[in-house]
Amino acid sequence: MRRILFKILRTGIVTEQVHALQESPEVERIQKELLEILGRALCIRQVDAGSCNGCELEIHALNNPIYNLEGYGIKFVASPRHADLLMVTGPVSRNMEQALKRTYDAVPEPKLVLAVGDCGCDGGIFGESYASCGRVSNVIPVDAVVAGCPPRPVEILKAVLGLARRVR
Amino acid sequence: MRRQGVLADAWVSTANAVVEAGGRLVALWASERANHVVVCAAYATAEGLRWVELPLPAGATKVPDLSQTFHFAGRMQRAMADLVGVQAEGGDDRLWLNHGAWPNDYHPLSPRVSGQEMFLERAVTDYPFVRVEGEGVHEIAVGPVHAGIIEPGHFRFSVVGEKVLRLEERLGYVHKGIEKRFTQLAPLEAHRLAGRVSGDSTVAHAWGYCMALEEACGAVVPPRASWLRGLMLERERVANHLGDLGALANDAGLAFGLTHFSRLREHWQRTSHDSFGHRFMMDGVVPGGVARDANAPLLERMRRDCAQVRDEVLGLRAIIDEHPGLQDRFINAGRLRPELAARLGVTGLVARASGHAIDLRCDQAWAPYESLEVKMATHHNGDVAARVSVRFDELFESLRLIEEICERLPLGECRTAVKIPGGEAFGAGWVESWRGEVFCALELEHGAIRRCHVHDPSWQNWPALEHAVMDNIVPDFPLINKSFNLSYSGHDL
Repeated sequence: MRRILFKILRTGIVTEQVHALQESPEVERIQKELLEILGRALCIRQVDAGSCNGCELEIHALNNPIYNLEGYGIKFVASPRHADLLMVTGPVSRNMEQALKRTYDAVPEPKLVLAVGDCGCDGGIFGESYASCGRVSNVIPVDAVVAGCPPRPVEILKAVLGLARRVR
Repeated sequence: MRRQGVLADAWVSTANAVVEAGGRLVALWASERANHVVVCAAYATAEGLRWVELPLPAGATKVPDLSQTFHFAGRMQRAMADLVGVQAEGGDDRLWLNHGAWPNDYHPLSPRVSGQEMFLERAVTDYPFVRVEGEGVHEIAVGPVHAGIIEPGHFRFSVVGEKVLRLEERLGYVHKGIEKRFTQLAPLEAHRLAGRVSGDSTVAHAWGYCMALEEACGAVVPPRASWLRGLMLERERVANHLGDLGALANDAGLAFGLTHFSRLREHWQRTSHDSFGHRFMMDGVVPGGVARDANAPLLERMRRDCAQVRDEVLGLRAIIDEHPGLQDRFINAGRLRPELAARLGVTGLVARASGHAIDLRCDQAWAPYESLEVKMATHHNGDVAARVSVRFDELFESLRLIEEICERLPLGECRTAVKIPGGEAFGAGWVESWRGEVFCALELEHGAIRRCHVHDPSWQNWPALEHAVMDNIVPDFPLINKSFNLSYSGHDL
C-alpha cells in the first residue's frame, strides 16, 4: 500500500502536467468545452463491427490519464441501453451486420452514431465484398465520421465534441 | 523455407513424422491452382520451416483429417472448407467462417468467383453449439457484442452455479474477406493489407508478408533495414505488454495498474509516432526494407525511453508481485498445464508460460535476431500469474534489445528495390510477434498475387482458452481471456 501511495504522489496528475506535450493544451480545451456543452455525462457504447482492432486501441487510449475522458464526464458503458452515442469501427462485416443493427435498435432515442476510422468512413482497404458491407452508413444511420487509420485519440475526441456541439 | 509435395496417403504420416521429430504445425490452408486444389501445411522443424503440399485431383473435395494429430487443425480445416470447398474427412463439418451470410456452395477463394458478389438478403444463421446435459447445468451466452471495448466473438458457457463446465467459442464475426482482397492488390502494395490483419500486430504481419515477398522475388534486404524492422517489432511487443499488464491488473480490481501502464503506453506510442510516423508503426515495414530511417537524436530518445520505462515497470512489478489481492486472482487462474499445452499445440507467450521454450527469435533466429542473442522468458505454472510473469520478463528483454539495436544499428541503405518476377514464385514469412508466431505464405503468378495466406498465432491459442477456463468461475473469465489476449480479426480474416 505504501508503495502504491508513493507512486501516486510521485506521478501527480499527468492530465494537468503535460503542457509541454504538443497535443495537451488542445486536449484540455476540448475536455472543458465538452463539459460546458453537455453539463452531464455522455455515455458511449463502442461496437467493433469488423475492424482490425487498431481503432479499438486508440479508443482505449482515450481512457488513459493523459486524455482522461472519464474525468470529464464521458464514459464508455457496457450496454447499448445505457448509451447516448454509438461509436462504431470497422468495415461492417456481413457476419456483424445483424448484431450492429440490433445494437443500434437497443440505444434509446435521441441517439448519435459516430463512425471511427477509415474503414468505418468508406470501407477502407477492405472495401465492399461478399464478406464486407463497407462503410458503417451502409448499415445504420451515421451522424458523423472521423477518418484516420486509426485516427489518433485527440482526433476521436474532437469528433465527439463536434457531434455534441451539433445537438446542443 | 523448403517446399515439397506429398501424395494423399503420406499426408497424415508426414504430419506424424513431424511430431515424432519434435516439430509442430504452424499453419494449414488451401490454394486453388489451375483448376485443382492444393492443400498446404507449414511445419516448424529443427531444420526450419517446411511447406508441405498435397495436390488434389481435379474435382476432389476431400482431404485426410489432421485434427487427430494436431488439435487446432480442426478449425483451420473448417475455414478451408468454407473458403475453398475442401473438407477434412471425418472432421467437424460445421461451418466456421460462413455464418450464413453467403451460400454454402460459394467458396470465396475460388478463382472462378470475384469476391465482389453480394448476397444482401441473407441473414446469419444459428450455430449448433455442443450442449452439456445434467442437473443444474445452464448456459450463458456472451457476444458477439461484448460489454467492453473489445472485438466481437461469441462465448457459450455451460455452467453449474459459478463454475464453468465447458466453454465453446464461436468466431468468424469479423471475417471481412482479407485473403480474397490480397489477390486484388498489387504485390508491392499488399503489405498495407497485411499490416491490417490485426492492428496490434501490424509490424509483425507486415514483416511476415514482406519476408515472403522478398523470398519470392529473391530480394536481399539491407542489414540496416532488418535491424530497423527488429526495432519496430520490439517496440510493438513493449507497447502490447504495457497495455495488457495494465488491463490485467484492472481486471483483477487494481485500477492503479491500468492508470500507470496506460500512461507509459501513451508516451511509448508518441515516441513511435515521432520516430516512424505512426503510433502503431503501421506501414513502417515495406517491401525491400523500411519506410523511414531513424536518425541519431531519435535513437537517443528511444534509448532514454527504455531506461525510464524499465525504471517505472520495475517499481510497478514490485507492487503487483506483492499485492495479495491481485496475486490471489492471478495464481492458479486459467491454468494450462505443460502436458495439455503440448497436446493443444499452443504457441507464443502462452506456450512459454506453460513450460514450452518456443521463440522464433531464439530457435529460428533471422536477421537481426541471429546477432542479438535473445533471452527467452519461460514459466512452468501455466496460470494467469505465469503469463503475467512472462510478459514482464519479455518486456524487460525487449527494452534491452531496443537499446542494443539503437547502439549497434548498421550503417547503409534502409530499402532496396524489389522486382516482381513474371512467372510462378513462392515465398514464406515467419516472425515472432508479441503474441506468437505469425506466418505468411505467398504465391505469385504473372506478376500478381495468386494466393496469400496470413496466419495469426491466435488460431493455435483460441482452442486452448476453452481448456484453460474449465473449472474456473465465470467472473474469472475476463481475466483469463485477457492473459491470453487473442486476436479476433487476425483469426477471422
